[in-house]
Amino acid sequence: MTEGTDPAALPDEFAGPDGHTLALEMMRRMLRVRLFEEATIALFHAGELPAMVHLSIGQEAAVVGACVATTTADYMTGNHRSHGHPIAKGAGLGALMAELLGKATGVCGGKGGSMHLADFSVGSLGESGIVGSAIPVATGAGLAAQVRGSDQVALCFFGDGAANEGVLHESMNIAAIWKLPVIYFCENNGYAVSVRASESISVPDIATRAAGYSMPGVVVDGQDVLDVYRATRDAVARARAGDGPSLVEAKTYRFHEHAYGLVVPQPYRDQATVDSWFDTVDPITLFHHRLLGWGAAGEDELRALRDAVQSEVDAAVEFARESPLPPPEAAYTDLYAPSEVTA
Amino acid sequence: MTATTTRAKQLGFLQAINRAQTEEMTRDERVVLMGQDLRANVFGAAAGALETFGPSRVRDLPLAEAGSIGVAAGAAMAGLRPVVDLTVASFVFGAMDQFVSQLAKARYMFGGQATLPVVVRAALYYHGGTAGHHADRPYPMFMNVPGLKIILPSTAPDLLGLLKSAIRDDNPVLCFEDANLWGRKGRGPLPEAGDHLVPLGSAAVRQTGTDVTVIGIGLGCYLAVEAARALAGEGISVEVIDPRTLVPMDWPTILESVSRTGRCVVVDPANRTCSAASEIAARVAEDCFTDLRGPVVRVTTDDVHVPFSPALEKQIYPTQDKVIAAVRRALAG
Ligand SMILES: Cc1ncc(C[n+]2csc(CCOP(=O)(O)OP(=O)(O)O)c2C)c(N)n1
Repeated sequence: MTEGTDPAALPDEFAGPDGHTLALEMMRRMLRVRLFEEATIALFHAGELPAMVHLSIGQEAAVVGACVATTTADYMTGNHRSHGHPIAKGAGLGALMAELLGKATGVCGGKGGSMHLADFSVGSLGESGIVGSAIPVATGAGLAAQVRGSDQVALCFFGDGAANEGVLHESMNIAAIWKLPVIYFCENNGYAVSVRASESISVPDIATRAAGYSMPGVVVDGQDVLDVYRATRDAVARARAGDGPSLVEAKTYRFHEHAYGLVVPQPYRDQATVDSWFDTVDPITLFHHRLLGWGAAGEDELRALRDAVQSEVDAAVEFARESPLPPPEAAYTDLYAPSEVTA
Repeated sequence: MTATTTRAKQLGFLQAINRAQTEEMTRDERVVLMGQDLRANVFGAAAGALETFGPSRVRDLPLAEAGSIGVAAGAAMAGLRPVVDLTVASFVFGAMDQFVSQLAKARYMFGGQATLPVVVRAALYYHGGTAGHHADRPYPMFMNVPGLKIILPSTAPDLLGLLKSAIRDDNPVLCFEDANLWGRKGRGPLPEAGDHLVPLGSAAVRQTGTDVTVIGIGLGCYLAVEAARALAGEGISVEVIDPRTLVPMDWPTILESVSRTGRCVVVDPANRTCSAASEIAARVAEDCFTDLRGPVVRVTTDDVHVPFSPALEKQIYPTQDKVIAAVRRALAG
């Protein structure tokens, strides 16, 4: 567990009613991510998913801790592990689930699918199936905020594998020289598909690379939603104050296979250890016990919260199932914005 | 030429770019300029921009082509209208993922949520000993990517009008500038002050004729006009069309002309295989088949990289003689 966090004591900033609400909101959003993805597992086994999904199960504290430090006016981009980010950013579940089923009511009208969810209404400028590819997009959103003189920030999610893509370095450098309000947020789950981060990254902590771009780089316990939230909140404050970008690295775990249902022929991690994670490092279970321990919430309240989220997810699945498929002609729309300049 | 036309005020390529950028930046404060060595105006098109619009809207980019294109895409999604000067067109390759995966696809993949008013300018520096790494003409590769618009003007007034339209367009527009036209070849009559707009997707008929249609892209259009003059002496009447915009292509103008003349030559400085000329030739063959009286002939650059030695380089590109030979072949069919 993280230094400086006494698990026995409710941290000051979560003591008052606002803090209490915020803590429960973090729990609610982690549950939204978890239960949404468990629903996708069920859809996968029922043969209803037209493609594979990359799950954030195990990584909810990293995703949610970062997103709650921003508002829906702030921008966010993500990657192929794609559901958690827009959900945590506040997107409605129905249109996201419909997108996974390729339905007309999907958030992208059925043209994006699992790896390319976007909900511009909550600042989610899109996930990316090309690893690392959306990193400069978040950087550009930060540029726009700066030029327009708004106080928005851009939150940029990427994995440890993406940390080796050149555009991360180009983007961090651009953000640093221009002092752009960007938070580079690495979900380091230890693997890029099968390749260990320790074997593909030249430093123990990706966060140390921040020094090369004269920005703060911090490592946080990615299973501790409060720790993640605090570090991201500081980075957001710095960005809003005009002091430029930061790099936050959350050490986290991927509980399921790289893509759900993917069979990797050669074992690259120990299954018994992976199985034990549900008992030892599940961010939702950990936070659940901490909320109880602090007396910040009772079992009944947490059960009611879970039930409410489950109902929301069930409704999303039903909405998605009942939604129509897009008509064939939809394949030919949205290519170009209507924009005619006549002489 | 008469004394009056030689003395008439002329517009050059760099002035056209500068005027387009200045007018559009003045008109719309969301337009920002980004590029390498922009503030010092090393490439000559950004004179006065820093002084007039300030450092927030005029930015020197580091040498990070992929990052730069992605930053422009993100900035556009979040409300700016970036104009990126990528300088040499060969540098697009380092940014290919960002052009394709972000700039071209974001609107479509996100179901119309994203709007990407980005203009990327890049100059085609072939013909001058710049060799393999600087002399590419990569526009046909981008014609193969839906979601992008592409302009490639052959005169400075067209560049002015098209670039202004491109900056106002809500879509990503790539502006390829044929550097061989930057000097005297590309100069044209100075448009009056005020909005000189050329809409995207409108071809220009440079010269009317009845025997053969020659479609010329960039420098190819200049070569076509010169060839047409030479052939006129033999009584051959050549119609010359400059598409000006490659995406969207002005098919009605091209197809109508070929249907009328029954013969078609396309002059394109790109490498032959899958060139813009290939697409035009294929479309003409499909749509004008019964009107054609000879083969559609392409005049393109041979499928090699650009060699350094002038002894090697000159032979690979379209020339006036090659255009003339192509017209004769089309007429012989
Ligand atoms: C440019 C690119 N290269 C390779 C891939 C294939 N691929 C998809 S996800 C992935 C691993 C990414 O690892 P990481 O960034 O750590 O994210 P994680 O999957 O661990 O969340 C790879 C190699 C891809 N989609 N894009």
